[in-house]
Amino acid sequence: MSATVDLLSGNRAAAWGARLADVDYVPAYPITPQTEIIETLAHWIGRGEMPARLVTLDSEHAMLTAAGAAAATGARVFTATSSQGLLYALEMLYAVAGWRVPLVLVNVSRALAAPITLEPDHNDVLAARDAGFLQLHAETCQEVLDSVLMAYRLAEHPDVLLPALVNLDGFHLSYTREPVAIPDPAAVRAFLPPYAPTHARFAASHAMAQGVAVLGSSAYAFFKYQMQRAMEAALDAHAAIASELGERFGRRYGATEGAWLDDAEHVIVMSNSFTTVGRAAVARLRQRGEKIGLLRLRLLRPFPHAEIAARLAGRRAVAVVDQNLSVGKGGILFAEVASALRDRAAPPLLSYVGGLGGRRFRDQELEQIAAALHVAEREGGSAEPRLLFTADEYAAVRDLLRIARGGEEAPR
Amino acid sequence: MTRREIYTSIQQIPREEPLAGGTGLCGGCGGLLGLRLFHKALGANVVFVNAAGCLTLLTTFPYSPFRASWLYTAMASAPAGAQGIRDALDVLIARGTLAADEDLAVVVVSGDGAAGGIGLQATLAAIHRGLDFYYYCYDNEGFANTGFQMSPATPYGSRTATTPPGAAAPAGTTARKQDLFALWRAQRPAFVATVSPAHPLDLMDKVARARRLRGPKLFLSFAACAPGWGIEPARSVEVARLAVECGIWPVKEERDGAVVHTVVPHRRRPVEEYLRGQARYRHLFEPVRQDEVLRRLQADVDAYWAA
Ligand SMILES: Cc1ncc(C[n+]2csc(CCOP(=O)(O)OP(=O)(O)O)c2C)c(N)n1
Ligand code: SF4
Repeated sequence: MSATVDLLSGNRAAAWGARLADVDYVPAYPITPQTEIIETLAHWIGRGEMPARLVTLDSEHAMLTAAGAAAATGARVFTATSSQGLLYALEMLYAVAGWRVPLVLVNVSRALAAPITLEPDHNDVLAARDAGFLQLHAETCQEVLDSVLMAYRLAEHPDVLLPALVNLDGFHLSYTREPVAIPDPAAVRAFLPPYAPTHARFAASHAMAQGVAVLGSSAYAFFKYQMQRAMEAALDAHAAIASELGERFGRRYGATEGAWLDDAEHVIVMSNSFTTVGRAAVARLRQRGEKIGLLRLRLLRPFPHAEIAARLAGRRAVAVVDQNLSVGKGGILFAEVASALRDRAAPPLLSYVGGLGGRRFRDQELEQIAAALHVAEREGGSAEPRLLFTADEYAAVRDLLRIARGGEEAPR
Repeated sequence: MTRREIYTSIQQIPREEPLAGGTGLCGGCGGLLGLRLFHKALGANVVFVNAAGCLTLLTTFPYSPFRASWLYTAMASAPAGAQGIRDALDVLIARGTLAADEDLAVVVVSGDGAAGGIGLQATLAAIHRGLDFYYYCYDNEGFANTGFQMSPATPYGSRTATTPPGAAAPAGTTARKQDLFALWRAQRPAFVATVSPAHPLDLMDKVARARRLRGPKLFLSFAACAPGWGIEPARSVEVARLAVECGIWPVKEERDGAVVHTVVPHRRRPVEEYLRGQARYRHLFEPVRQDEVLRRLQADVDAYWAA
């Protein structure tokens, strides 16, 4: 298959996904680290290289409203945000999912205020977990591009018709340049034909009432259960679309992805770009003879319960490493993975929370997790989250405070 | 006063109803009366984009009184919904994937609370972008749908559920009514007018003329609200007429940069005549007459017309 390979940042890979998907409409609002996506699209559209319309809205709330309304009118719509922007749009995430419009929203993960920061973790995207958006989480820049194309196929699938969110990590992917194969537009068109909505849309000959009020719970539950069914159908649809993408472009993505899983007794579960760090650590541990493997979660909505359960069944111990914190609970993915395992003779589980606000995982930490898995195998797991925060880091914060106080020792 | 150009006689009002009766709204709802006339003048090829408010209940699954299309968005963002639909129609028509005769007029419908409060940001932004749309705001001077609390459009001296007259504030509402007409006008939209369901020819004529213009077009419609204002539903139009005759609700539009009154109360009646029939103003008369508040209300109206 003809393709050009270029060095692309994750942001530009996302923009290429939108360009190749031949989107009609891009409502936009800037936020770091997502701006490069809309600036790239604005550049192409401005030069006439992309026949879409880009409009800057007054907020992400308005941006998503415009996106959903345009999609309900029959346009293929792309938009992107991050962090505070995603939260600002949250009311409309629920609304457009309820409208059943198959738009694609890229989220460039960034941790949430307060304190305000620019660096990534996943509390933004996981706050949108329950809205009714499909969620695809990318590990590499190539996967970002491919996921945007897959997201349209999945969202527009007649059994699904739900909006999709593609997540990439701020800074770690958004600004990291990697070699990315940019598929030939004709090949993409064969994989992703132009959007032709067969369900209702706004046009003079198609009077439609959308997003209407319901009186009473029966109608409300009826619509919500339909969304649940659509999400369930998306699991099979994803598998079919992934194998088609594999045949056409030679790159295959599963709902989950394993590494060294075949004979692994211990498994570390991760998601997004930090999986690359985890993968390297697991490779080193393997060289030392550890029977350890890695499971990456790629599709978080719909949640592939059965696949996760099957891939973790029979392991001696499993650790879930979350890059988010549900304050007062712990790791969000830990709870999700644990729920997927409840029907089986579940292996002992450990919960780790780290990488908050962009903090990198350290090799020793993954080694400590590997060691803890041996202990868990003997002594059982625990749902208590273990927070990755070292004495060094604590000392660094105290140093900052001491300097700010003109040398005075900070209170503990 | 300008001459009406298109609707000059009551006989011209079409008999066909684009909006079926029997909706779940209150009898005599002033917002609905105005919308019905507005829709008649605009024709059938319309999509209404709605923000949360009483008129949201016009379409309740699986019923709609409209032949036209309807999108409920959220309280804050109906103009952004209008933007998305307008842009999508334009792009699809330009790209040849939608026939030009599939085009629709895009109309935001909201109450004053959404228009002047939570939705004002999205509204001003849509005007700023020069969006080609209509904004039909039914001004019932409060958050009616949630039980009639104070909105930015609530007039001084009136009672709402969150501004009950009492020792701390005998007048009830102490803030002045927001001037949405002026807020819009400051941004030079294509068309900006106030209308009243008590003056159907004026309302419909304005719609018919505005149809010729591209850009943002405001119709700020007086909307008596029987439960919120404490009036008999049957008096809805009468109260609207009194508001015009007392000079409380100036019926106007902007033309060539100047404000033109299209219905002029030549012998203005005292505002008390308007206030007296409404429970929301009762505290101004009982148990003791609040002369200072009444004087200020009259003075505000006099000052408006003197300017
Ligand atoms: C974000 C948000 N906040 C609050 C509400 C609750 N709410 C529904 S209708 C309404 C009042 C709307 O007032 P207005 O725009 O004047 O319309 P009216 O009720 O008078 O028809 C409110 C506050 C909501 N739907 N959304
Ligand atoms: S409460 Fe007022 S605005 Fe709402 S439907 Fe009734 S009359 Fe109309």
